[in-house]
Amino acid sequence: MYNPQLDADGKLKHLLTIEGLPKKILTQILDTAETFVGVAERDIKKVPLLRGKTVCNIFFENSTRTRTTFEIAAKRLSADVINLNVGTSSQSKGETILDTVDNLIAMHADMFVVRHGQSGAAHFIAQHVPDNISVINAGDGRHAHPTQGLLDVFTVRRYKPEMHNLRVALVGDVLHSRVARSEIHALTTLGVPEVRVIAPKTLLPAGVEKLGVQVFHDMKAGLRDVDVIMMLRLQNERMSGALLPSAQEYFKTFGLTQEKLEFAKPDAIVMHPGPMNRGVEIDSSVADGHQSVILPQVTFGIAVRMAVMAILAGGQSSGGSTGGSA
Amino acid sequence: MKIHIKNGHLIDPKNNIDAKQDVYIAAGKVAGIGNAPDGFVANQTIDAAGLIVAPGFVDLSARLREPGSEYKATLRSELQAAAAGGVTSLACPPDTDPVLDEPGLVEMLKHRAKQLNLAHVYPLGALTRQLAGKLLTEMCELTEAGCVGFSQADTSITDTQVLWRAFEYAATFGYTIFLRAEDHYLAQNGVAHDGEIASRLGLKGIPAAAESLAIASILRIAHETKTRVHLCRLSTAEGVDLLRQAKKQGIQVTADVSAQHCHLTDHDIGFFNAHANLKPPLRSSRDKNALCQGLKDGTIDAICSDHTPVDDDAKLLPFAEAEAGATGLELLLPLTLKWAADQKTSLSEAVAKITCHPASILGIASGHLGVNADADIAIFNPQQEWKVSASQLKSQGKNTPFLGLTMLGKVRYTLLHGQVTYQA
Repeated sequence: MYNPQLDADGKLKHLLTIEGLPKKILTQILDTAETFVGVAERDIKKVPLLRGKTVCNIFFENSTRTRTTFEIAAKRLSADVINLNVGTSSQSKGETILDTVDNLIAMHADMFVVRHGQSGAAHFIAQHVPDNISVINAGDGRHAHPTQGLLDVFTVRRYKPEMHNLRVALVGDVLHSRVARSEIHALTTLGVPEVRVIAPKTLLPAGVEKLGVQVFHDMKAGLRDVDVIMMLRLQNERMSGALLPSAQEYFKTFGLTQEKLEFAKPDAIVMHPGPMNRGVEIDSSVADGHQSVILPQVTFGIAVRMAVMAILAGGQSSGGSTGGSA
Repeated sequence: MKIHIKNGHLIDPKNNIDAKQDVYIAAGKVAGIGNAPDGFVANQTIDAAGLIVAPGFVDLSARLREPGSEYKATLRSELQAAAAGGVTSLACPPDTDPVLDEPGLVEMLKHRAKQLNLAHVYPLGALTRQLAGKLLTEMCELTEAGCVGFSQADTSITDTQVLWRAFEYAATFGYTIFLRAEDHYLAQNGVAHDGEIASRLGLKGIPAAAESLAIASILRIAHETKTRVHLCRLSTAEGVDLLRQAKKQGIQVTADVSAQHCHLTDHDIGFFNAHANLKPPLRSSRDKNALCQGLKDGTIDAICSDHTPVDDDAKLLPFAEAEAGATGLELLLPLTLKWAADQKTSLSEAVAKITCHPASILGIASGHLGVNADADIAIFNPQQEWKVSASQLKSQGKNTPFLGLTMLGKVRYTLLHGQVTYQA
């Protein structure tokens, strides 16, 4: 089947979504990322894989964290980085996405990291760039956030290497979450046998079970015997209204507290893509507790993004050879 | 001007003709079928050997973009597209800019269309001023100016009291109300059928219930107020069921489906193909099958093109930001023929869905070729293949989900009032 992310030889050309990517490519990215984890611990935190290349972060939607981690990843690969916050410049002057992209193509950028509020924006841009430019989706609407999905499974694999023997639960606003969609596809592609979603019916998309997940509306039942808990962020504007009555009630029913954490396996890990709403979706004692791997997620995020960029830039199957001891 | 169309196979469903018959035209009217009238000497002979001769097609929904959006399309470009598609009569929805809520605008549109003389244009007037769903329009004045019915285009009346009164007022004068049934709130900001595909792609969904809930209340009000109502562009299986029951109960209701929805589903959105951004949204294959079946058993009366020319810039955007709509006039015939082939139904049934049925819904005399009827005629080759391409289309709107695909069925001649307006 046609896949706009792969070239004719089946190699990764763009990273737009996890859905439809073969397991082999996901594993290649994760293995490559392993070799980059060590880079950050060295005195000289740079490898020359992207020397002379220009990576352009085009953010049509504001973001500090994701943009920063992409920037660090690109710089550790020795690339030149341009940051463009389009949300605050061209678009407000009436320039279209394609106008913006065409301008950057004319400036000879090699790689675009794109975030946009509309689902499909990264696909749209990928369709309109010349062959020598790769597009990395850094989040499009509710659709996908593939590097987040990858760093999450990277984290899972680090702590729970037996992927084929895991129970994973995603908790919260699946409806609006591109992170949830990417996590689900990454987990199911890598062979995790049981992926659950736990949320009120108002925060689940139609036919979510078709994505290969089991649906729960109750934390006690949903968390029972799980190995991994992935919390999802609840946007402020959704905390009170027709989707949910209040943040307090949400915290009471679906917020992860120490008490609810005990339904899961004793060695379960707790993840969150950030930024967290403490006291809404997660209690501070859990977020900062010994089962939390939320900060390692951030660290691994840089290695995973380095791996994606390295693979796209040179078909590198392993950054290890140039990345030094890992 | 006298024309003799010879050797063609005449299909005129209203008059139960499906046979090899010659057609004789004089003074813009059908002068004879089968045998030449006494003393008939043709000025022009059209050899229709191997071709189907049918009444010119009647399209229940074609946007011509005038007034107000001439950069998208003009009356001239779109009426040329109509002629190329064999469409000789068309109803246009009132969502122009300004909205068709004043008699003067309707008169101007009628006048401009008449001057171009490429198709009969039947405007649907706005049911409420500015389509805002608050104040009724001057329906009698608008009818005098040329409106054949009243519509809300793609907007809904959310105030049930206003909806009820609009029905009562229209029923007072026997006018037909044309509504695309959609619950405003459930559909708000939605761009795709609320189901697995929209969930995967992260697109905001429009549940099927948005249509069925609206249909249920429209049918109830039509029943209570004894108003004739036409449901435009059905999209759901539930909608077809409700319509079937309503017809059994004797409610005065008719319905159409767009030619696109007879063939496409939400799967055709693929990787965010903006050409597949349509109103109503493309739905599941279960819905599509119910629509095709409903057409076949007569629950759905007509197929319309839902012609909505959109300029390229408005489509060159991420899916949800792209403007909804597709060009359709030139695809109405092949898509209707494909529906008939898929459903193993007769050519005559297919022709009826785009001629006499829609004509009777509009209350116009066209849609058949009885003696003395207007000589509005489409002559086509049902077996001719052609590829949909921007250069092939006469419409200024080049956007359609069928771009690049091969169609079966091509119009060879179109006649309006006995004059050839298109020839290929």
